[in-house]
Amino acid sequence: MTLTRRELIVTLLGAPALFTSGCSASPRLPPAGELLGQSLEIGHRLRDGFRWPQPNADQWQDVGVVIVGGGVAGLSAAWRLQQNGCEDFVVLELESQPGGTSRSGRCELTPYPWGAHYLPVPLPHNHDLIRLLNEMGVVESVAEDGSPIIGEQFLCRDPDERVFVDGEWIEGLYPATGASEDDLAQLAAFRKEIDHWSAWRDAASRRAFSIPIRHATDDPEVLSLDKQSMAEWLRQHGWTSPRLHWLVDYSCRDDYGLTAEQTSAWAGVLYFAARLKEPGADHQPLMTWPAGNGRIVEHLASQAETRLKTGIAVTRIQSRQSRQRLGELRNDSPISGEIGYEVLAFNTASEQPIGFRAKSVIFAVPQFLAPRLIDGFAERTGRNAEQFEYGSWLVANVHLSRRPRESSFPLSWDNVIHDSRSLGYVVATHQSGNDHGPTVLTWYHPLCDDNAKAARQQLLKAKWSDLADVVLTDLERPHPEIRSLVTRLDVFRWGHAMIRPRPGFITSRQRREATQPDGRIHFANTDLSGIALFEEAFDHGLRAADEALASLTPNP
Amino acid sequence: MQSEDSMNRAPLFLLYLNVLIIASCGLVYELLAGTLASYLLGDSVTQFSLVIGIYLSALGAGAWVSRFVDQRLARCFIEVELAVALIGGASAPVLFLAFSSVGAFRVVLYGIVFAIGTLVGLELPLLMRLLKDHLDFEDLVSRVLTFDYLGALFASLLFPMFCVPRLGLVRTSLLCGLLNAVVGLWGTYLLRPLLSSRGLSGLRGRACLVIGLLIVGIIKADSLTTLAEEHVLGEPIVHAESTPYQRIVLTRNTRGFQLFLNGHLQFNSVDEHRYHEALVHPALSSVKSPRRVLVLGGGDGLAVREILRYPSVESVTLVDLDPGMTSLADRFPPLAELSRSSLKDRRVTIINEDAFLWVGRDVGPSSSKASTAGPFENLPHEKFDTAIIDFPDPGTFSVGKLYSTRFYRMLRERLTAEAVISVQCTSPLVAPQSYWCIVKTLESSGFHVRPYHAAVPTFGEWGFVLASSSSPLPVKLSLSSELIGPSRFLTDNILNSLFDLPPDLARVEAEVNQLNNQVLVHYYDQEWGAMK
Ligand SMILES: Cc1cc2nc3c(=O)[nH]c(=O)nc-3n(C[C@H](O)[C@H](O)[C@H](O)COP(=O)(O)OP(=O)(O)OC[C@H]3O[C@@H](n4cnc5c(N)ncnc54)[C@H](O)[C@@H]3O)c2cc1C
Repeated sequence: MTLTRRELIVTLLGAPALFTSGCSASPRLPPAGELLGQSLEIGHRLRDGFRWPQPNADQWQDVGVVIVGGGVAGLSAAWRLQQNGCEDFVVLELESQPGGTSRSGRCELTPYPWGAHYLPVPLPHNHDLIRLLNEMGVVESVAEDGSPIIGEQFLCRDPDERVFVDGEWIEGLYPATGASEDDLAQLAAFRKEIDHWSAWRDAASRRAFSIPIRHATDDPEVLSLDKQSMAEWLRQHGWTSPRLHWLVDYSCRDDYGLTAEQTSAWAGVLYFAARLKEPGADHQPLMTWPAGNGRIVEHLASQAETRLKTGIAVTRIQSRQSRQRLGELRNDSPISGEIGYEVLAFNTASEQPIGFRAKSVIFAVPQFLAPRLIDGFAERTGRNAEQFEYGSWLVANVHLSRRPRESSFPLSWDNVIHDSRSLGYVVATHQSGNDHGPTVLTWYHPLCDDNAKAARQQLLKAKWSDLADVVLTDLERPHPEIRSLVTRLDVFRWGHAMIRPRPGFITSRQRREATQPDGRIHFANTDLSGIALFEEAFDHGLRAADEALASLTPNP
Repeated sequence: MQSEDSMNRAPLFLLYLNVLIIASCGLVYELLAGTLASYLLGDSVTQFSLVIGIYLSALGAGAWVSRFVDQRLARCFIEVELAVALIGGASAPVLFLAFSSVGAFRVVLYGIVFAIGTLVGLELPLLMRLLKDHLDFEDLVSRVLTFDYLGALFASLLFPMFCVPRLGLVRTSLLCGLLNAVVGLWGTYLLRPLLSSRGLSGLRGRACLVIGLLIVGIIKADSLTTLAEEHVLGEPIVHAESTPYQRIVLTRNTRGFQLFLNGHLQFNSVDEHRYHEALVHPALSSVKSPRRVLVLGGGDGLAVREILRYPSVESVTLVDLDPGMTSLADRFPPLAELSRSSLKDRRVTIINEDAFLWVGRDVGPSSSKASTAGPFENLPHEKFDTAIIDFPDPGTFSVGKLYSTRFYRMLRERLTAEAVISVQCTSPLVAPQSYWCIVKTLESSGFHVRPYHAAVPTFGEWGFVLASSSSPLPVKLSLSSELIGPSRFLTDNILNSLFDLPPDLARVEAEVNQLNNQVLVHYYDQEWGAMK
């Protein structure tokens, strides 16, 4: 069923939005814009078991490692291989541009993010990430305790955030306007509890919550938080303050695309506790770029150089051994005899098939694709990826001829609308110090529906004009004049955008086992952590690369 | 006769009210003209007596002209009323516009005063003749004159007590015009029996047109200057405009004029020389033969005026965000006079851009990669040997970034190794933490600093920093011997005394201002906020 514009507004923004917009029959739409998204056609063919054309003999290449997917995980794996002197790899990326959910766009004025837009300064233990940032010229020096000192221009410029509440912008994220003493007392108690968790260490002196989560404790007391939702956890502590609940709910929607009722308390607490260096410290400062994390993607992609191949959809991965056994394969290939893989792919530009014979594969795409792409995956591993649930996101880049006029707390990097289901917007020109004239706002909306699949289908059916109207109806609340300022509005529909850490998933067997290699197929994607974060994708990329390197080096 | 019946006592009383309004408005126009003339031209005694003289003589001229009107008296009365409404109503706005050229201003001023006087002088005799058939002569004269003089009293009280402080000159003028026009329209009904039907609707149409024009004027005036603005600034606004970047307002009194940006005083023409000499000469006199000077902010051209007094200066690059500011002298001639049209000097290049973006262009880690560019693009920027930094006070985040370590570090890349800069940094007396925060930020960006101060009466005790990029600053300064023209504030002795900070300006603890903390904006807000 396709929704009408009115229904779409109600679904995405809630009924009150209709009143503020007046929802006129023919709303004023932006003069230009496009509807963007992941390559749906390819995705659907993969899902429906399409019979792809087979490459001819001259369309085959031999390569040590094929990395499937040029998102953060895949590019990080490539970076790691190169760092270890392995140049014999390719990265195959379906889209014409690398980066996956961390990709960015660009107009004459400025680059802007299409997905991930910030990275907190890593804690001293995250050596690999600090190394990457150092290579990018972001780290000026390293403090005695190993903390990186980040160049001022990469740290989010003040004012970093504001929230629109009761008709006014105020500094920060907590909706402090009209907060009672009890509200503030609960906020303080909540912070204290978070401090407790940031100080917690197990016998092996591992943190309770750490990013990447691989370094966190497996203590049952801590893991038991995964049994309940974040909202339940708050209530269990007697915290009922609507302001506190809003803050936590907002944070869950922002990081996980889920409400506090839907988010595992383990993931919810992790968001707050893992990024405190020590109890009482501020949340680690954020690094950001006009392109968001697209800047890091750009760096990683430039390192991979021509080994990164875009516009190449991997359609099937099959083991040569099994095919040899079936007699499908003649014994004439240079790497015959070894365990090897055939990675079949499709060049979306030339519409030609292409094949790679590889010793090892790094599977850096979401898990749900494993049964679809890897021959005999479910039979061999007993894994079907069914518990991996992904939420959809709607992201818009709104180009303005000038900034809206306003009088309360000034335009910040992150601008949150309290009474909205959207997350508000970040300002692409903020970090470059550009404070006047035209700008681009990147507006975010996670679809938190319980039924992720139904929501995804509705989103993918919606028209550009209706989605643009949703975006503007939301922005009109704080900025009544917005429609007259828009020069262009592009909308990106992310279907499988983010893994959902619902209660039980983090501690599930399926998730924990998903990192196990299948032969020489090694898995790397942020979804393996159950949460979608740069650091997780990066960490899995490095781990998978290390595994691949180890499996390629003959054991003495 | 029908007309006899309808001119009964009630409308007669209303006609006296007419007289009262006409008289009040007439006097208000006169007072407006006098006030404006003395604001803009100074010398209020001369201006007022000239305006009064011209006005009174014009009244006589009008009375004399009235004898040539012998037909259609009522109609003529209303036409005159509408003319007063239009000319009187538009008088203040027109005079403000004419102010951009002082020569034309006098012609327009006296022309308007004379025209209004003549028209008002026409009105009373016409009215008296209209009424003479309905009243006996003694009664008529006594009543009309009573209301006339009462109106004058009324106006002379209202003008200083309500109009100027509450409405401002432009709105007062437009409102009086509106009142006149409404009286005119109303007259077409009151005097209906004396008016022929022919052309009546045309007359009413014209009245409505005048009313409409004046209402549009009032709406426009609101967008030009807000009531609150005039109220806050406390002085008449002689020029106001909103650019995409800021609100520029110039006010004037008999002593001089003031520039406000977003309501903050930038200078007063009376003592700006103290500020600008203190800002410019310590830096330029510390550099041996300054050649290439960078000015950041300072779009009024007053700092550049001082810089151009050094014959060694070959080029001045001025970066100011707002083209409305750097071209203000074109629209406000007194500023051109004050700055000696410095921005028009051939040595000066104006760049309208956010200084943060301009200074940061091709600076930073990526600059080394630029070598693949074409033959000209990879030439290094020619560096500046002196920089004068004259930004507004750091009251907002978008200005605060211009006082950050990142900014100063980028700036250093644009300076020669021996370069000296000076920075205006708000009042060290009112805002000590803000002041010392800027000093500390410069220090931690690698500059050698010497803090100094100067007394600028309209600002108070003002703070600056002299800084050099690598070599330490000289302990003793002397004004360059080549300086063209006399200084009004600085001598060698005074120049050196600026660096003696009294105990009440002693250093206080402050953090370094960085882009990601913007502590300076917070200090500034607290310290100046506490003043209000
Ligand atoms: C809207 C949004 C905002 C976010 N904001 C942040 C943030 O601010 N900070 C943060 O840390 N994280 C953020 N995230 C999470 C962020 O996306 C992850 O940090 C990270 O980018 C995930 O990378 P990945 O490589 O694991 O997966 P993906 O980004 O999903 O990469 C997978 C790649 O594989 C490609 N691919 C898929 N199928 C095939 C195929 N058959 N053949 C070839 N290639 C294929 C895809 O095109 C894609 O490029 C955000 C996510 C979203 C959706």
